[in-house]
Amino acid sequence: MTKLALSDEILMKIDKPARYIGNELNSIKKDKEKVAIRFAMCFPDVYEIGMSHLGIQILYDMFNKMEDVWCERVYSPWPDLHKIMKEEQIPLFGLESQEPIKDFDFLGITIQYEMCYTNILQVLDLSQIPLLASKRTEEHPIVIGGGPCTYNPEPIADFFDLFYMGEGEISYQTLFDLYKDMKKRGASRKDFLHEVSKIPGIYVPSLYEVSYKNDGTIENFAPIYEDVPKTVQKQLVMDMTSAVYPEAPVVPFIKATQDRVVLEIQRGCIRGCRFCQAGMVYRPTREKDVERLKDLAYKMLKSTGHEEISLSSLSSSDYSQLQELVTFLIDEFKGKGVNISLPSLRIDAFSLDVMSKVQDIRKSSLTFAPEAGSQRLRDVINKGLTEEVILDGATQAFEGGWNKVKFYFMLGLPTETEEDMKAIAELANETAIRYYETVPKEKRNGRCQITISTSFFVPKPFTPFQWARMYTPEEYLRRAKIVNNTVHEQLNKKSIKYNWHEADVTVLEGVLARGDRKIGQAILHVYEHGGIFDAWSEFFDYQRWLDAFTACGIDYEFYTMRQRDLDEIFPWDFIDTGVSKEFLKREWNNAMAESVTPNCRMRCSGCGVKKFGGGVCYENKN
Amino acid sequence: MKIRIKFRKYGVMKFIGHLDIMRYFQKAMRRADIDICYSTGFSPHMIMSFAAPLGVGITSDGEYFDIEVNSTKSTAKAIKALNDTMVEGVEVCGYVLLPDNAKTAMSIVAAADYELSFKDGYDVPATKEAFEAAIDEFFINAKEVLITKQTKKSEKTMDLKSLVYNFSVREKEGKPVFYLKLSTGSTDNVKPELVVEALFDYMGLTYNSSAIQIHRIDVYAAGDTPNSFISLGDMGNVIS
Repeated sequence: MTKLALSDEILMKIDKPARYIGNELNSIKKDKEKVAIRFAMCFPDVYEIGMSHLGIQILYDMFNKMEDVWCERVYSPWPDLHKIMKEEQIPLFGLESQEPIKDFDFLGITIQYEMCYTNILQVLDLSQIPLLASKRTEEHPIVIGGGPCTYNPEPIADFFDLFYMGEGEISYQTLFDLYKDMKKRGASRKDFLHEVSKIPGIYVPSLYEVSYKNDGTIENFAPIYEDVPKTVQKQLVMDMTSAVYPEAPVVPFIKATQDRVVLEIQRGCIRGCRFCQAGMVYRPTREKDVERLKDLAYKMLKSTGHEEISLSSLSSSDYSQLQELVTFLIDEFKGKGVNISLPSLRIDAFSLDVMSKVQDIRKSSLTFAPEAGSQRLRDVINKGLTEEVILDGATQAFEGGWNKVKFYFMLGLPTETEEDMKAIAELANETAIRYYETVPKEKRNGRCQITISTSFFVPKPFTPFQWARMYTPEEYLRRAKIVNNTVHEQLNKKSIKYNWHEADVTVLEGVLARGDRKIGQAILHVYEHGGIFDAWSEFFDYQRWLDAFTACGIDYEFYTMRQRDLDEIFPWDFIDTGVSKEFLKREWNNAMAESVTPNCRMRCSGCGVKKFGGGVCYENKN
Repeated sequence: MKIRIKFRKYGVMKFIGHLDIMRYFQKAMRRADIDICYSTGFSPHMIMSFAAPLGVGITSDGEYFDIEVNSTKSTAKAIKALNDTMVEGVEVCGYVLLPDNAKTAMSIVAAADYELSFKDGYDVPATKEAFEAAIDEFFINAKEVLITKQTKKSEKTMDLKSLVYNFSVREKEGKPVFYLKLSTGSTDNVKPELVVEALFDYMGLTYNSSAIQIHRIDVYAAGDTPNSFISLGDMGNVIS
């Protein structure tokens, strides 16, 4: 049995020792003497969150299928253990071997949200790897970044040796082959980084130079060597059906956030909502064949013993074989004590019928994400959901016995007016009216319960809203207050509950999402002053970030309060996601004109991803 | 049909708590295709009940839980099917058929055997002989051994004399090892560290919980005569 990296004494005094012992079912142990590459795959948040992430499970499975690679997992030690590891100088370790990561060949970190940036530094620090890539030597692992936040890697560029742009299934074999070959030849770290930058999808930040104009915007961004590519191409899987997928994912002992089998039914989204980064960077939409999904469902339930299976995609209702898949899952597994969970379904007759079979209507709630309260603003954001569709869906649901509805909206969207804010509360009120009109008194199970949640909009790179400005925390809260006041002025206020998000975090997310390389020093400053687990409200300290910006001489409002010029060079412009900047500009202008763009199945809008040669762009065209 | 399953828990698995072990076995039932019964209702759960929860940090050679099944494989096949899908540190070593009128393991638990040993790398504060003499004075020859147990709500004074059925020390690999048979279950549950800590106190020694590995050897139901016990593993019949 593997000797644990932490002593019994430590494990008995920290919370949830199961986070750190490995040994889970389906985790992979190999003989380290028999592999050429040791890879530590990190999700920089607590174990229960990290273990729930599908992308890591896919890559863990794929890497370990390579005979000469051993991929292990690592997550952020919780602050209780963090303190002990710092005090006792215990190096951070891989869960499988329990050996220090600093001795591995690679440390790959998936970056899913901006507020984990300080946790990246925590992982490097506890691993005893220099925080700055420029300080690393031949003895340190190569630190790789991947995941959605790398679509603007610049704020964290100083901490990574390289970034992998796009879907991980494609270029790692080439990267590993190059590494083995160059290691054999005794090549230096510097030479490897130079060579690896030529592999499609690989961005080595140290090989690029940025110059700025007097106003702080980018003047020029270019490689420092001629043989390093000027643009970095996003990598993507074109054949989802035959793509590698974990048939036996790791089963945690403690309850992870996703304690279930997750079936990825498709990647990408046809809808083209203008605020949505995933909807742009995962283009084109690519489906997995239903027969493959049925086979995976069997195998994954058998290999894990999970009691629940869930579908994963950006918009499940757009999966063309949804009806067949869902009917199969219910017929095949419902009687065997397996729950079926169906997130991100559009509310219509079919989904209500399915949900009545798989959920307890009295307990479950229906979810709508109109994102904006008024039709005008929904047209601006290209959310093709009308008030009529929402109210009809809710009415059908009320007739079917549901009485709980959840609404998700954003505040602070471009062009938002006070009317738009009030419309959020009004839509909820209209829905309540429908309930009392539809359900006769004797059939009511108390009041209907309508929950409105608003988040504050953060403009993201590679979206049509990447030019948009943000607001101050005070302004965000003022807008939330308008919604709140409107809710309370309405007839059905007792049936409506309103929650809104923190405004401070929103501003920071905005800075980090569209920041440039200058931001890196502030992130470092925050970490050096005790900032970790910023994604957790109990640890987040806004003032610590403001202090860091001041100390580093950064005017953070430069990144949030400015509406960008259409010709501005963005820090992320060197990345080619396939979606052209011309298309994004066109969409920005359409948004300002309140003009709706049809979805990919209705009409091609020429975003540029057709060049990849597959997916929805070529449906029904063979 | 009622089935009793016995398993061992060792190595790093001692850090997995009782509730997570329950979840672990629920998933294992599905993986091993055990035809377990579910409760009725909208969210059915498996009919499964554990004998006596084991604290985090403790290893065991004798853990039990009962399930109900619609149909069953043979004992040998069921044990193999389960062990084929176990992680290192959990081993199924019993699978027997109970009579239909059998009470659940949880309701009949009366006692458990424990072994407490000093972990490598920690000081042993007294010899086996010194511990032996102290046990005689402190426990064997005493009329009553009153200790105070701190619970969440209140303090409770217990007489160990009636709740500790056996307390001895032996030498193993050059170190003293304690053996205890203790009252266990929902009414008079005695934790082994409580007894050994009381002994250390009596001897003027400091009890360092990190230094001691607690291991449960087996769990018992009450026998037909007073102070006689029958192992939960000795009930039921092997399925051929």
